Amino acid sequence: MDSVGIESRWVEVGAMDDIPRQGARVVATPRGDIAVFRTLDDAVFAVDDRCPHKGGPLSQGTVHGHAVTCPLHNWVIDLETGEACAPDEGCVTRIPVRVQDGRILLAMVA
Amino acid sequence: MDTHMPPRQKLVVVGNGMAGMRTVDELLKRNPLKYDITVFGAEPHVNYDRIMLSSVLAGEKDLEQIVINPRSWYEENGIELITGDAVTAIDTQVRTVTSASGRVVAYDKVLLATGSRPIAPPVPGLDLPGVCAFRDIADVNTMIEASQTHKRAIVIGGGLLGLEAANGLLRRGMQVAVVHLMGTLMERQLDKAAAELLQRELDERGMNFFTNGQTEEIFGEGRVQGVRLADGREIPGDLVVLAIGIRPNIDLARAAGIAINRGIEVGDDMRTSVPDIYAVGECVEHRGKTYGLVAPLWDMAKVCADHLAREDATSDYVPAAMATRLKVTGIDVFSAGDFIGDETTEEVVFRDAARNTYKRLVLRDDKLVGAVLYGDAQDGGWYFQLLREDKPLGELRDTLIFGQAFASLAAGAPAADPTAAVAALPDEAEICGCNGVCKGKIMGAIAEHGLTTLEGVRARTKASASCGSCTPQVEQLLALSLGDSYAKPTGEKPLCKCTTHSHDQVRRAIADRELRTMPAVMSTLGWSTPDGCHVCRPALNFYLLVAWPGEYQDDQQSRFVNERNHANIQKDGTYSVVPRMWGGLTTADELRAIADVVDKYAIPTVKVTGGQRIDLLGVTREQLPHVWKDLNDAGMVSGHAYGKALRTVKTCVGSEWCRFGTQDSTGMGVKLERMTWGSWHAHKVKLAVSGCPRNCAEATIKDFGVVAVDSGWELHVGGNGGIHVRVTDLLAKVTTEEEVLEYCGAYLQLYREESRYLERTAPWIERVGLPHVKDRIVQDEAGRKALYAKFLYAQKFSQDDPWAERAPGKAAAAPFRTLATVE
Repeated sequence: MDSVGIESRWVEVGAMDDIPRQGARVVATPRGDIAVFRTLDDAVFAVDDRCPHKGGPLSQGTVHGHAVTCPLHNWVIDLETGEACAPDEGCVTRIPVRVQDGRILLAMVA
Repeated sequence: MDTHMPPRQKLVVVGNGMAGMRTVDELLKRNPLKYDITVFGAEPHVNYDRIMLSSVLAGEKDLEQIVINPRSWYEENGIELITGDAVTAIDTQVRTVTSASGRVVAYDKVLLATGSRPIAPPVPGLDLPGVCAFRDIADVNTMIEASQTHKRAIVIGGGLLGLEAANGLLRRGMQVAVVHLMGTLMERQLDKAAAELLQRELDERGMNFFTNGQTEEIFGEGRVQGVRLADGREIPGDLVVLAIGIRPNIDLARAAGIAINRGIEVGDDMRTSVPDIYAVGECVEHRGKTYGLVAPLWDMAKVCADHLAREDATSDYVPAAMATRLKVTGIDVFSAGDFIGDETTEEVVFRDAARNTYKRLVLRDDKLVGAVLYGDAQDGGWYFQLLREDKPLGELRDTLIFGQAFASLAAGAPAADPTAAVAALPDEAEICGCNGVCKGKIMGAIAEHGLTTLEGVRARTKASASCGSCTPQVEQLLALSLGDSYAKPTGEKPLCKCTTHSHDQVRRAIADRELRTMPAVMSTLGWSTPDGCHVCRPALNFYLLVAWPGEYQDDQQSRFVNERNHANIQKDGTYSVVPRMWGGLTTADELRAIADVVDKYAIPTVKVTGGQRIDLLGVTREQLPHVWKDLNDAGMVSGHAYGKALRTVKTCVGSEWCRFGTQDSTGMGVKLERMTWGSWHAHKVKLAVSGCPRNCAEATIKDFGVVAVDSGWELHVGGNGGIHVRVTDLLAKVTTEEEVLEYCGAYLQLYREESRYLERTAPWIERVGLPHVKDRIVQDEAGRKALYAKFLYAQKFSQDDPWAERAPGKAAAAPFRTLATVE
C-alpha cells in the first residue's frame, strides 16, 4: 500500500462501480484534474490528467493492460510508473490510491 | 571468488547513437567486465535506428518499432545512460569530460561517436518556423505535425535522404516539391539512366521536381511561405525540409585539441590523435573519407571494440564496397560499388522499357566492381556478394545480367529451389547489411531459440529489422532450417504488436470460427496482451460489429475518444459538436436553436463545415450532454462528424430550384442520408448528390457520389477529397431512386465487409480493383440484393441517436460528469 506523508490525507472520491473497466473518471482539484483509471483486472491508478507531451486529457484515452494511450497523439503512458513508453520520454505525476470496501481514496496534499 | 580481477576502467561514450552503441555492444561481447561505461546522449531518447526515421515519417513504422536499445538494455549491462545532456568539453590533461548540465566524469578511455549534423545552405530564412532538417525524432515530429495542419512541403536536396523525406510527406498527404542542385537525382548513388527512371516514377506519384535548382532564399513572415531559387523561380510551401547532406560533428574534438580535418581523424585502429580517445561513425574521417551510410559504421564498431577490449589487438578498419537502397515503398532501387566506371571498365546493360526495369553492371578485369539496379533489385544482394568476393567471374559473366536464378540454371544447377542459393552461402556471408548480421548468426539463433517466424529472427538478431530488403533471404534461411514447417506469412502486416495475424486473417477467423466477442478473438488467436492496445481494440470492435449485427455488444471502452464521447476532441481537450443537417437542409427553428445553444454555453467558435453543416467548437466534456439535449429538443441529432461512420450527404439544390437541374438531387440526398446515417465503417464515409453534370456537390471526390443526368443517375465510387485527391470511378448508371438506394447500400456493405480498419474506400478499391466491385454490385444482381438486405438489417441496430441516449441524468451520461471535486 502506498504510504502517505504527514501533509497528505486520504480523500474518498467515489466507488469502484463509478468507473467502467478499461475506463477512467476525472476528479477536479485546485491544482488541476486527476484521472482515476480502472483496468481490466480491477487495478486502480490515479495520475494527473495531462499528457506530458501536449497536455492531452489522459482520462479520455484508451486503457489497455496497465497503460493508457493519450487521445491526442497516441503517447502510451505506463500507469504503474507514470512514464511514457519508449522512445517517447516524459513522466506524469502519480497520485497514491487506496481501495477500501469498494470505495476509492486518493492521497491529497493537505 | 577471483581476487585477481583487475579494477574496472572507466569508459565514457560521447553520443548515444547507432555507431556508439554498436561499438559498446561489440565491446560487451568481447569483454563485458573491463569497463564501467557511461553514455552521454544529447537527444532525450534511447538509441534508435536513425535509418528507419523515413519509415516512421511514411507511417509504416512507429517510434517504438525503431528503438534499438531499450532502457532495459542499458540497465542489464550496467551502463549509466545520461540522455538530454550533451558533452561540452573534454580535458585531456586531467582526463575528464564535462556536460552541458555541469556534470564532470573522469575517464580512462573516451569513445567519440558524436555523429553528424545536417548541412544548412547559406541562405536567409533558416530560422523561420516550418523549416527543419531530417535528422532526428524531433524533426520527424515537426514534419508529421506540419502534414496535419499544412499542405505544401518543399524538400531541398534530391539525394537519398531528401527523396525519402519527400516520399514520407507525400504519403502523409502533402503536396511535395523537391529542389535539387544537380541535374539528376541521387547522383552519388545512381547513374543518369536510373536517376531518370526514378524521377519519372516519383513524378507520376505527384512529386514536383526543380532540378538544377539553387536555393537563394527561404522566405515567409511568421512562418515559412516558400523558397526562391537563383534563377528567379519561386516555390510556395508551408514546410521546408533541408536534406542537402551531413557534416561531421567535430566541435567538441577540436576544442579538446584532437586532430580534425573534415571529420575527427582516426587511424585504421579507430584511435584519434590523442591517447585513449577513440572515435567511430559519421563524425570520423578515415583515410580522407567521411561516411554517411550504416554498413561502414558497423565495421568501424567491430574494429574499435577490438582495440578497446584488448590493448594488443591488431585488427584494422578497411573500407569495403558499399551498397545503398532507397526506402520508398514500391520503388526498387539498388546501387553498389563503383557504378560509374572509367576507361578501364566494361559495362553490361539490360533495359526493359515496358517493365520499367534497368540494370547496369560494371566490370573490371573480369570482376564485378559496381552495379545499379532499377525496378527489379532482388538480385542486389547477390551482386553485392560477388562484388565483395572480388573473384574472377569466368563463365558466369555471360549470364550475370539475368540474375542469380538464371545464372545458376545456366551453370547446370538444379532448377529453382529458392533456398539453394542461401544454402550455398558460407556462414560468414552477410545477410543483413543494415545491422551487420551474417548467415551463421541467423542460423544459430533459429536453432538455439527455436525461432519460427521472421519477427522472431528480427527480435533475436536484428536481421531484416531495419530496411527490410534482406527479408527474402531471412525467410529462405527460416525455410532452410524448418523445412515445410515454416509457414511464410502472407506478406500483409500484423494488425498490431499484440498479434502476428493480419487484418484479413482476423476477419476470416471471426467469420469461420464464429468468434463473437473480443476476448474470444484474443484468446483463440493467441493475443500476446491481456486486453489488446489502442490499435487493435477499435479494429476488433468494428469487425465484430459488422460480423454480428444486433448480437455483438458494442464496446465503448474500445472506441477511440471521439466515438466514445460522440464529439471531436480538439487540441485543448475540448470538443466540437456537429448536429446532422439532412442533405444539407436546415430551418429557421434549427438555426435559432443553434444560436441559443451558442449563447447559453458561451461556445467560442461557430464554423460552417465543408459537409454543409455547422460546427460548434470549444465545448467542454461536462457541457456535452447539455448541449446535445438542447439540440435534441429542437429536433436535431448527432451528425457523427467524429466517427469512422457515415458523415454527410452533400447536395446541390437540383431541379427544385436550379435552372440546370435534371433531377431532385436534394431529395435524393436526404433519402440517402436517412438510409445510411448511423452506419459504422472502417473509416469515414462521405456521400454527395449533384443535380446535373456541372456537379456542384463535388460528387466525384466522394466515397459514393451520385450525379443526375436526364435519363437517370450516375453512380461514382472511391473518390477522396483533400490534398491527395482521387477522382471516383464510374460504377454504374441507374434510372430510379430505389436503384440508387439499393446500389448505395450494397456498395457500403461490401466496403465494410472487405476493408481493413482505417482503410478508406479509395485505397480499398485500389487494392481489390474496380472490376471486383463491379462484379459484386453491378453484374451479380442477387448478390447485390443480398448485400443491400444485410445493410438494411444492420441499420436497424445502429440508427439510435447517441446524443439522446446520453441525455443529462441518464446512466450513459455519467462518464461526462466529473467524479468528484476536491477542495
